Amino acid sequence: MTEVSTIVAAPSEVFDAQRVREDFPALHQDVHGKPLVYLDSAATTLKPQSVIDAVDDVYARDCANIHRAVHLLSQRATARFEEAREKVRAFVNASKKTEIVFTRGTTEAINLVSQSWGRSSLREGDEILVTELEHHSNIVPWQILCQQTGAKLVVVPMTDRGEVLRESFERKLSERTRLVAMSHVSNALGTVLPVTELIALAHERGALALLDGAQAVSHVDVDVQALDCDFYAFSGHKLYGPTGIGVLYGKERLLDKMPPYQGGGDMIRSVTFEETIYNDLPYKFEAGTPHIAGAVGLGAAIDYFSAFDAGLIHAHENALLRYATEALEAVRGVRLIGTAPGKVAALSFLMESAHPHDIGTIIDAEGVAIRTGHHCAQPVMEHFGIAATARASLGMYNSRADIDALLAALQKVQELFG
Amino acid sequence: MDLRELYQEVILDHGKNPRNHRFPEPHNREGRGYNPLCGDKIALRLQLDGETISDVGFIGQGCAISQASCSTMTEAIKGKTLAEAEALFSKFHTMLTSEDSSEDDIEQLGKLAVFAGVREFPMRVKCATLGWHTLNQALHDESGEAKTE
Repeated sequence: MTEVSTIVAAPSEVFDAQRVREDFPALHQDVHGKPLVYLDSAATTLKPQSVIDAVDDVYARDCANIHRAVHLLSQRATARFEEAREKVRAFVNASKKTEIVFTRGTTEAINLVSQSWGRSSLREGDEILVTELEHHSNIVPWQILCQQTGAKLVVVPMTDRGEVLRESFERKLSERTRLVAMSHVSNALGTVLPVTELIALAHERGALALLDGAQAVSHVDVDVQALDCDFYAFSGHKLYGPTGIGVLYGKERLLDKMPPYQGGGDMIRSVTFEETIYNDLPYKFEAGTPHIAGAVGLGAAIDYFSAFDAGLIHAHENALLRYATEALEAVRGVRLIGTAPGKVAALSFLMESAHPHDIGTIIDAEGVAIRTGHHCAQPVMEHFGIAATARASLGMYNSRADIDALLAALQKVQELFG
Repeated sequence: MDLRELYQEVILDHGKNPRNHRFPEPHNREGRGYNPLCGDKIALRLQLDGETISDVGFIGQGCAISQASCSTMTEAIKGKTLAEAEALFSKFHTMLTSEDSSEDDIEQLGKLAVFAGVREFPMRVKCATLGWHTLNQALHDESGEAKTE
C-alpha cells in the first residue's frame, strides 16, 4: 500500500500515488463487495474531482452557447471554452491556438483528416502508410478514404515483440507515400513507437505524418513542435478528462488549405444560398455547438495533470509496469503479449488455463477491472494468432497494491480453471 | 456473487473437453457464428434427415462459456426434430434473459440448466447463446454468419 514510503528521496522527487488516489472519487467504492482495483485506464482514465466540478460548474453557472450571444453567461462560457483551447495548446506545445481543433475524440480527429485533407489531396495510386499495431480507428478511416480516392493502404509490419523497426518502415515508405498514420503508443501492447525518427523519414520522402496519440498523452511527453508531426489526435477521456471531447492538432498551413469536414453553424463567416464563406481556423472545423463542458473539463484535466511533474508520473508508472511485468512473468501459464523494450502502461497477457473473457469475469468478482478482448486492434491479435488478450493498464493513481490484487485475483482463476 | 454458480463443473468440463468437437460426415447444413465483442468463433455442421438432426458437430474457439454451451447444445439436439431444437433454444434463451422460466421449462432443459447462472452476468449472455444462434442460422440456411451483436 505504501510503496513510496520505502524510497529515500526528497519529497519533491517522490510521486505520491496514495495522495493522488484521494482526488479520484470513483476509486473509493466497492464492486461485488470488494474494493475497486482499477486497471483499465487505457480504455478510459478515471476523473479527478476537479474535472467533475469543472463540468458541473459549466452547467450550473455558465450554461450558455458560445461564440454567439452578447449576454454575460455566453461571454463566460465562451471565455472558458477558449481558455481550454489555450490549455491544450500549451500542453502539446503547439505554436498557435488556431492549430487546436476540438473534436469528439481521437476517432473523429482522424476521420476529419481523412475526409478533409485526404479526399481533397489524394489520387489513385497514392499510398497511406499505417503500422500493423494500429487501433481500428487509425485503420478504417484510411480504408474508407482509399475506397473513395483509389489510394492504397500500405502496412508496416511489427516484430513478434510488438515493435515497429526503422528498417521495416523504410522498406514500405515510397515516393507514392502521401501520409504516414501511426500510433504514438500502441493501445493493445503499450509499445512506444520511435515516432520522431519515423516522422523525419516520412518528411524526407515528402509525406505528411499523423500521430494517434490516444494512448500517449498521459504516459509520455508530447511536444508537437519537437515531434514535427503534421497532425496529432487525442482524446480527453484518456487524460483524466471527460468523454466526448478530443483534439486535433494540425499545422496551420495544412489546416488553412483543407476544406471543412462538416458544414453547419459556427464554421461559417457568411451564408447566402449562392455562396458561403468559411470561418477562420480553428472554427472552420468546429461545425455546430461543441461539447463546451467537455472542453472545459479537458482544460481542468490538463490543469490537474500539469500540477504534477510529468516526469515523476511517468517514472512512477514505468516502475509499476516493471513490477507488474516481473510479477506476471513469474506466474505459471502466463504469457505476455507485447514485449518491446520501449513500453508504457499496458500489459497484455494470456493464461494457459483460461480464456481472457473468463479471466475478466472471474477477477471482476474480486473487484479487479481489466479489459479483455481484441482491444479494437484485430490485426495485432491476428499477428499473434490469437482472438483476444487480457489487458491490465495503468494510470497515475495505481500502486503496487493494485498489481498485488491483480495477482491474487489471477490465483482465483488458476484455482477455478486449474 | 458466486462464481461457482457461473462456472459449474459441467461447464468447466465441457469448456475444456468439448463434445462433438468435429465436423460430421456427411452433413448438409452449416452455420458460422462470431462474437465481435470477444472474437469467439464457432463453425457448426449438421446432418438434417427430413425433420431430424441426425448428427451435429462444431469446431470453435473462445471462452469456457461459449464452448461449453455449444458442446452441451450438440448433445442436447442430436436426434431431435427441428421443432424440438427450436423449442429448446427458446426455453434456454428465456432462462438466460428473464426470470419467467417455469420449473417445468428448466426441467425440460436437462443438462442445459447449468447455464442458469449466466443470467446474473449480462455481459456473458452472448457467450452462452453464440452456439444456439449459429444453430439457428444453420437450420434456416441464412446467408452470412450468425452474430451476437
